[in-house]
This record gives sequence, structure tokens and C-alpha cells, in this order.
Amino acid sequence: MIVGNRKEFQEIVGMLGSNRRVLLLGCNECVTVCGVGGEKEVGVLASELRIHWKTAGEAFEVREHTLERQCDYEYIDQVRSFVGDYDVILSMACGAGVQYVAEAYKTKLVMPAVNTTFLGVTVEQGVWSERCQGCGACILDMTGGVCPIARCAKSLMNGPCGGSSGGKCEVDKEVDCGWQLIIDRLTELGQLDRYEDIMPVKDWRSSREAGPRKRIREDLRL
Amino acid sequence: VKTNSKLEKIWDSGGFIVTSECGPPRGADGDIVRKKGEFLRGVVDGVNVTDNQTSVVRMSSLSACAILKGMGLEPILQMVCRDRNRIALQSDVLGAAALGINNMLCLSGDHQKFGDHPQGKNVYDIDSMQLIQMVCRMREEGKFLGGDEIKGKPVIFIGAAENPFADPFEIRAARLGKKVKAGCQFIQTQCIYNLEKFSRWMQMVCDRGLHEKCAILAGVTPMKSVGMARYMKNNVPGMDVPDEMIERMKGTPKEKQAEEGIKICVESIQKLREIPGVRGIHIMAIEWEEKVAEIVKAAGLLPRPEV
Repeated sequence: MIVGNRKEFQEIVGMLGSNRRVLLLGCNECVTVCGVGGEKEVGVLASELRIHWKTAGEAFEVREHTLERQCDYEYIDQVRSFVGDYDVILSMACGAGVQYVAEAYKTKLVMPAVNTTFLGVTVEQGVWSERCQGCGACILDMTGGVCPIARCAKSLMNGPCGGSSGGKCEVDKEVDCGWQLIIDRLTELGQLDRYEDIMPVKDWRSSREAGPRKRIREDLRL
Repeated sequence: VKTNSKLEKIWDSGGFIVTSECGPPRGADGDIVRKKGEFLRGVVDGVNVTDNQTSVVRMSSLSACAILKGMGLEPILQMVCRDRNRIALQSDVLGAAALGINNMLCLSGDHQKFGDHPQGKNVYDIDSMQLIQMVCRMREEGKFLGGDEIKGKPVIFIGAAENPFADPFEIRAARLGKKVKAGCQFIQTQCIYNLEKFSRWMQMVCDRGLHEKCAILAGVTPMKSVGMARYMKNNVPGMDVPDEMIERMKGTPKEKQAEEGIKICVESIQKLREIPGVRGIHIMAIEWEEKVAEIVKAAGLLPRPEV
């Protein structure tokens, strides 16, 4: 799933500036699962904003609304009838959602309440961890199911750097060394001999390097 | 393809190689490089020039190499994958060869987190293993990574680094094996303080026959003080400083600690020379280049061979 962090309240207030009528838009997908932009979080942020402006003695209006998704037009379109009543749409979706809402309402200010961070998994309740960078050319079959691109701080493809120590990364003692994980997995799978092969240079064109990516499935088009 | 590298010539003649390093300054004063280079003249066979080590901005390695080359020294261009993509790396390899630089050291590079610009974005388009392979192909086949022909092959002796003390220990010799397979001809190791562990690694290297395909240069760094020893132990990733080393420095009066550090370094060199497969010493006297001559002399490694 896509994982994010909610922005600090003061940053959100600063971003909103003089706009006092806010449509706060949540998303029922990834950001709900990682507890950052679902219905519940929309409620919390709306309350914070109301209290803030009430304390300041200023008029303020916020409407809470959580869409099934913000990455599909048919859901975004559901707020069209009342979007005109607000100065700004404050989206709690990932960066994709924020942008798609902005595309749908061209004359409306759209702002992000969330910093989108990574593609990851739920490690335990309240803990998420990065697993994939969407490079577009998966090599997990060769690396014991652990991605060196996403999980090595240097995205090294041929083994751990000299800073791997006690299973941890030199960049942060709390972070596992991706290559230690790969070696452990390959050992468990009886595939450590795979490590001896030199992984060739990567063709980054499948990644972001060839510009923004687009995928078309002709068989699914209407 | 044989290069004009002094290191390669000594390796071919069965000699023992001694290298050291020169950290470029944090400014544009070339005289600092000249001064450091002068300390190393006639004392070592090659001088590494670090490439923005610990991710701190310094004068470019290539420029400092050119200055040393102009002085008649034998520079070893360090090149990290952190700051350049495949286009810039190949361009610098051509430039180095054009300047008559005969050696390079292919490195991943310290993460920018440790430096003076932790906010920066790293590159890591290719890794150190792939850099070795790329430079080797440029020299041997005269081909760019993209496949086009190079007009004027860069004839450079190719080296890399290896840390015998990093984890997972069991694959460290295999990792070196990959580098040798990629085309690496010499290795300079991380600073060695734990000689017992280094010997075990060296045994693994010899078991794979890697010491016959690649010159293994054992890395040493003299300690200036017990504070430095402690810092190396606790703060430098992948560094293995045994407690008895700290104790020995601690037990020495403060004003004598630098001298003791040099003594330990010389003793280490003498022990390392006896370890089967070791074909040279790499002395990393960090901001202490003036002490290298004393160390090399005390270790009985002078005069250096004329090749």
C-alpha cells in the first residue's frame, strides 16, 4: 500500500492562509489503512481546525467527506455538486489522489494534508515499512524476495557495502541492512551460490528516469 | 591489456606494493595538495586521492590527481558511485586516462548522511562492482557501457576496496570474488586493527585463489590518540578496533600517544607482511601525511623499487 504521514497542523494552517471555507477530503484506500487520511483522520483534522479558528475568534467552515478513492474520477466526481461552496479542497489522500482531484476541479485550490512517503507493508499495528520503489523491472526472483533497490540505502545490486554491521545499515542502526536480509534468505533457500553472479547494470528506463510513466492495457479499454 | 601503472609493474615483478593517500583540501588551494604530495615522494608507489570522502565536499579527486601527476607522483583516482551516473563516471575515466592517470579505485562511496550535505540526493545509478566491470570493458574492449566504440581506450589499472570486518562476514570473500570476476586487479582493505579476523578473511580469500588474480593491499591507519581510537571503534561504520588496542593507547601518556599510534601501526605492518597472500600495504594516515615516510621507513619498506 501507499504509506504517508499527516503534515504538521501548523503547516496545514499556514498553507490554508486566508481560505476559511474548506472541503476536507479523505480517501478510503491506502491512507485509511495506514491511519493518515481516512474518515477518522478527516474527523480529527476537522476538529483541530474548528478549535483553532474558534479560539482565534474567526469564522471558519469545514465539510468532512471521505471518498472511496481519490485515484478514480468516478469517485472524485461525487463532490461536484457542492465543491463550489468552498474556497479550497484539502485532500488527505496520497499525492496521486491530490493531483487527480486538482485535475478534476481545474478552478479550485487543492492542497495536500499528507506527505506521501513510500510503498510498504504493515509490520505491526501502527508500524509500516518500505518495500518497493516501483522501479518497473522486478528482480526479486534473484535476490531471495528482498529488494536491494528499496531496502539498501545505496540501492547496491551486488552485495552489502562496507558499512553493514550486526545486520544493520550504516545509515541508521534501527534499519536492517537489506543485503544482510538477502544473504540470510538466500542461505535459508540454499541459493547462496546465486550471490556469486554479478548483477548487471540496471536499465532505469522502466523507472522514473524515462519521465512520468503511463500504462495502457488495450484489452481492458472500452 | 597492460597499463603504465607502477602498481601493476611491481605486482608483475613479484614485489611488495606500498600505497598511501592524500585527502584533497576543502578549498581551491592546490598548494595544499602539492605539500601533501611532497611528503609522499619516494616513500610510496601510489597515492590514493579520495573522492569527497565521508561525503564532505572537497576539491575534486581528478583535479588533485592531476596536480600530483604533474609532480611526478603516481596518483590513484578514487571514484565513488554516489555522486555520478554512468555518463559522468565514464567521462571522468576518459579524462583521467587523458591526464596520464594510470590507476583508479572503484567505490560505492559513503552515504551522504555522514557528510556536510545530508539533504542531498544520491545517484547510485550503478554500484562499485558494475563500475569495475564498466571500466574493465572500456579498457579491454574499447566499448562504452551503452555499446558504442571508444576512440582511444582508457588504459587504467583497476582497483577496489574491501572491508573484511563488515557483515555478513561469511560472504566477504565471495564479494571480493565478484570484484575480481568483474575485472578488479588490486584491493585496498579497510583499516586493519583486528589482525586475527583479517587473517581469517585472508584465508578465505586464498582458499578461492583470489590472491593470485588480484593484489591484496592491507590497509592500516595510525591512531593519533586514544580519542581517535575510541571514535573509530564507536562511530565509524564497519570498523573493528579491539579493546586491547584502546587499552594500549589509554595506558600511554597523552603526549606519547601519537608516537605509540605510529608504533602500533609499524608493528601491524610487520605482522601483515607475514600473512600469506598479502601483497602490499595501504597506509591511510588521515590528515597526517607527514608521518607516512617515518612509518614506511620503520617498517623496513624503503627504498621503494624503481620500475
